Amino acid sequence: MADTSKKLTFWGTFMNGLVTENPTFTLMLGMCPTLGVTTAAMNGVSMGLATTFVLVFSNLFISLLRNIIPDKVRIPSYIVIIASFVTMIDLMMQAYLPDLRAVLGTYIQLIVVNCIIFARAESFAAKNPPALSVADGLGMGLGFTISITLLSMVRELFGSGSVFGYTVMPASYQPMAIMNMVPGGFITLGLMMIVINAIKKMAAGRGRREEGLA
Amino acid sequence: MQQMQKKLIIASSPHIRDSVTTRRIMQEVCLALAPAGIAGIVYFGVDALKLILISVCTCVLTEYLYQRLMNQKVTAGDWSAVVTGLLIAYNVPASAPWWIPVVGGVFAILLVKQLFGGIGSNFANPALTARAVLFISWGSIMGSYPVTRYMEDAVSSATPLALLQQDPSQVSVWTLLIGNHGGVLGETCAIALILGGVYLIIRGIADWRIPVSFICTAFVCFLLQGGFDLALKEVLAGGLLLGAFFMATDYVTTPTSVPGRFIMGAGCGLLLFLIRAFANYPEGCSFAILFMNVMTPMIDRFTMPKYFGEVKKHG
Repeated sequence: MADTSKKLTFWGTFMNGLVTENPTFTLMLGMCPTLGVTTAAMNGVSMGLATTFVLVFSNLFISLLRNIIPDKVRIPSYIVIIASFVTMIDLMMQAYLPDLRAVLGTYIQLIVVNCIIFARAESFAAKNPPALSVADGLGMGLGFTISITLLSMVRELFGSGSVFGYTVMPASYQPMAIMNMVPGGFITLGLMMIVINAIKKMAAGRGRREEGLA
Repeated sequence: MQQMQKKLIIASSPHIRDSVTTRRIMQEVCLALAPAGIAGIVYFGVDALKLILISVCTCVLTEYLYQRLMNQKVTAGDWSAVVTGLLIAYNVPASAPWWIPVVGGVFAILLVKQLFGGIGSNFANPALTARAVLFISWGSIMGSYPVTRYMEDAVSSATPLALLQQDPSQVSVWTLLIGNHGGVLGETCAIALILGGVYLIIRGIADWRIPVSFICTAFVCFLLQGGFDLALKEVLAGGLLLGAFFMATDYVTTPTSVPGRFIMGAGCGLLLFLIRAFANYPEGCSFAILFMNVMTPMIDRFTMPKYFGEVKKHG
């Protein structure tokens, strides 16, 4: 959670979800779709955007209803709200993007039990006003989208020799099939977290040095 | 004061040190692996030698570069990377392209060994993990076995394992012993592997309990499945001997207690039998050992020896 002593701003909440508390690389939430659908970059983008849509609207409505929902039945209430938006996006995809829906399959319906959405509902939307909750949903959702898109680009590059469906590897490249399986997802995720933690550490080190100089 | 310091030495354990070093042990393992490698070169020609050299160089170089870049103490000269390199090469068919051992070597040393903390900290055998990754990723390359240079029937390149489960009389024990049959580079010649394995056990480098319980369990299982003939040939064929002597005996990834080592060996033998006899893969040696590698902490916990004088706790 962001520091409660400071006043939350729309931009600050948005950036918190996008970078500081990135759901995939920092909170390690939503690992099921992260490992399940990230075999192609297009899957990553669409899964991320579908989740963002649900996250923004469920955050908004839970925040609006936060003083009405009784504490004891809040989890079932959240599920009803979340499931409504998942059903909407599922039916919309079936109508307008049937091919993509066929690839993502049951993972779209599984957004209902995605722990990022639950975590944000419980720890943010239930305590904060609607505008901030929308910012949190947008930040978290786009943070998730960017993370799993990066992950799926790396996996698609090595597992199929292409990025967003365009072949980039030379014709003699033999795809590494393990990257299309769950172990490949775990390995890629672990390696990417090494890189991201190293970058964070370097940035923190630089920040400290600058403070020391000033 | 000076004299006092000389008389009273305070140090934490271990107090008794031996002159045996990691380097020495790894050199002995390389020596024990040599006969199987020579047999591989004899049967599969220059291709085999090329793959062995590429694999060893990749492993040592990866270890050296990683440790230099991470500002760690460079231990690339302790020969453990050479052993990993040899084992990866022995698990690759001689017809494989040059980049197969390169990918395998980098994966084994970088991901399985160094990222988990270097020598002594890997959670599974690096060479076997690399083999599993290569096998799953490029099944057609890793599963096509070239014929040896001395095979009369140069058309068939099926491994003895594939033939054995259909009809054991298709393969002779003599062929399996001298290794004149299709297979990965270092697994074909049973005599060379037994020679190296017995050397390791006599020199006290490998614990006899794991290979013996491994081979005996597999033997008994196949005996029950198809009789003595099948059992003998199954033990001699495929990667069982290579795995039992050189890979299931890795210090880091095997239990430390005596009963634990018997459990480790028996578990490998049983899993190998189940995979060979009933699963889709013809060979299950690497998966059996890897599975028992990750079971090792649990086996150690259950077979932990009692302290002297320890009594059962009451309620």
